Amino acid sequence: MNVQVKYRIGKSIGFQALVILLSAACVVPLIFILIYIIQAGITKINWHFLTNLPKPVGETGGGIANALLGSTIIILVASVIAIPFGILCGIYLSENKNSKLAYWSRLCIDILQGIPSIVIGIVAYFWLVKPLGGFSALSGSVALAIMMLPIVVRSTEETLLLLPDSLREAAFALGMPFHRVILKVLIPCGISGILSGVMLSIARITGETAPLLFTAFGNPYLSTNVLKPMQSLPLLIFNYATSPYNEWHDLAWGASCILLIWVLSLNIFTKLITRKWKVQL
Amino acid sequence: MESTIVKAVNYNAYFGDNHVVKNVNIEIPRNNVVAVMGPSGCGKTTFLRGINRMHELIPGATSTGQIFLNNEDVYEMHPIFVRLKIGMVFQRPNPFPNLSIYDNVIAGYKLNGIKLPKAEKDKIVEQSLTRVALWNEVKDSLTKKGSFLSGGQQQRLCIARAVAMEPEVLLFDEPTSALDPISTSTVEELFHELKKNYTLIIVTHNMQQAARVSDKTAFFYMGELVEYDETKQMFTNPSDIRTQNYITGRFS
Ligand SMILES: Nc1ncnc2c1ncn2[C@@H]1O[C@H](COP(=O)(O)OP(=O)(O)OP(=O)(O)O)[C@@H](O)[C@H]1O
Ligand SMILES: [Mg+2]
Repeated sequence: MNVQVKYRIGKSIGFQALVILLSAACVVPLIFILIYIIQAGITKINWHFLTNLPKPVGETGGGIANALLGSTIIILVASVIAIPFGILCGIYLSENKNSKLAYWSRLCIDILQGIPSIVIGIVAYFWLVKPLGGFSALSGSVALAIMMLPIVVRSTEETLLLLPDSLREAAFALGMPFHRVILKVLIPCGISGILSGVMLSIARITGETAPLLFTAFGNPYLSTNVLKPMQSLPLLIFNYATSPYNEWHDLAWGASCILLIWVLSLNIFTKLITRKWKVQL
Repeated sequence: MESTIVKAVNYNAYFGDNHVVKNVNIEIPRNNVVAVMGPSGCGKTTFLRGINRMHELIPGATSTGQIFLNNEDVYEMHPIFVRLKIGMVFQRPNPFPNLSIYDNVIAGYKLNGIKLPKAEKDKIVEQSLTRVALWNEVKDSLTKKGSFLSGGQQQRLCIARAVAMEPEVLLFDEPTSALDPISTSTVEELFHELKKNYTLIIVTHNMQQAARVSDKTAFFYMGELVEYDETKQMFTNPSDIRTQNYITGRFS
């Protein structure tokens, strides 16, 4: 009897240790990646690095100003396209749970989420790059917008579904028309959830390289014209890291570090917003 | 002199094929408190929501027959207009959690995009909160969120929100069932006060409450309006056996 109990306690402790060990193991890769990239990249980052263009082969120094500006523009344009679409679609799905259209859009959005990013890049290439006659930042933004869409739609839908029906009824009983119920009551009450979806979707596309390879294409010079090729951080890293030059490798490390900081801050910012703007129901 | 303000004529309500309210005919006099009673599931809520056209918001819900407000068929008016004239207070307090107490009271104006001068808004807020006996409790915390109040205060806030729109009729669906006895009696006292300016229709399971606050009582049973009479008459000498059984507690 006693032996059996001891055996069970031992088993329980062993299991607990395993769970703790494996949870810790999940954290290890992230910490190693962080340490590694920050070690390799942080020394390259300074004001000069952020505000200058890359130097041609053979010259030392140079920076990633074009990629920083390019990434910002491409992501802004993608957000302008995806966020209104995504939020409106999410509203439709939450308000018309059982309609046929909702069923099919939900299905399509789930499938869209699973499509590899390179395929979305190819589609953007055939839809936009070819008809427009050349690589452009805009086509890259469209590709990224398609990747953002499912995240924004789903987070909006799920946030609104969590709001109690009593809220809707309160608004309708005051004689509010449908669009005002949505705009003035449901969205303000779910704003933290919707925003966190938006931020996460931006974090998600910030590092996407594949859809930009044959859309935004990259550009060694500073460009703000969305109809022309444009540099972006992931493209710069891809191009410079695979080059044979040490100076370019340094740029790639610095850019990786910046990209990492960007995505991490977005994630932290999202957490803060969610907490701060949460409406206590 | 009593005049009829709300009148239902052959009113039926359905959820899909489920016939929930059956051929109801009723006349409700102005400035009266009418209690609606009956066993659970007999269609009280559904009937009430038919009056201000909230019923039709549920997918699959339909209705036939007429409901008149001042001799005008609400089903021929715009639903938004109907809901401005006939306010509603729900079983669970549901203040807007994103709005302050102040904004909750004027939510009907604010969220409908009706712009009012500040002085006017202040007046409406003070008046409405005074009417529901909440002004003294919250006058120093008007900028706090409405959801910080206690349940009873929240319910009075919701009544103030409905009162602020100056409707003609106020519908209450078991307004005190989520409240403690003290809040309940505050709300009940309120009914006496509100009756001077409005007509109240109150669904309640609480017979003592119906006896205390109402002038007339309607008894529903399985979707039918079985009996409708002066409250005193109804509780002392009901004419229908089903009403009698209900009041004496033989079924609930
Ligand atoms: N949203 C709904 N969808 C479908 N059927 C419903 C819905 N709400 C109510 N019903 C049906 O309508 C009937 C009447 O419901 P109602 O809510 O009007 O009853 P009630 O008299 O208010 O009951 P209670 O005293 O429990 O609140 C019920 O039998 C129920 O099955
Ligand atoms: Mg009910």
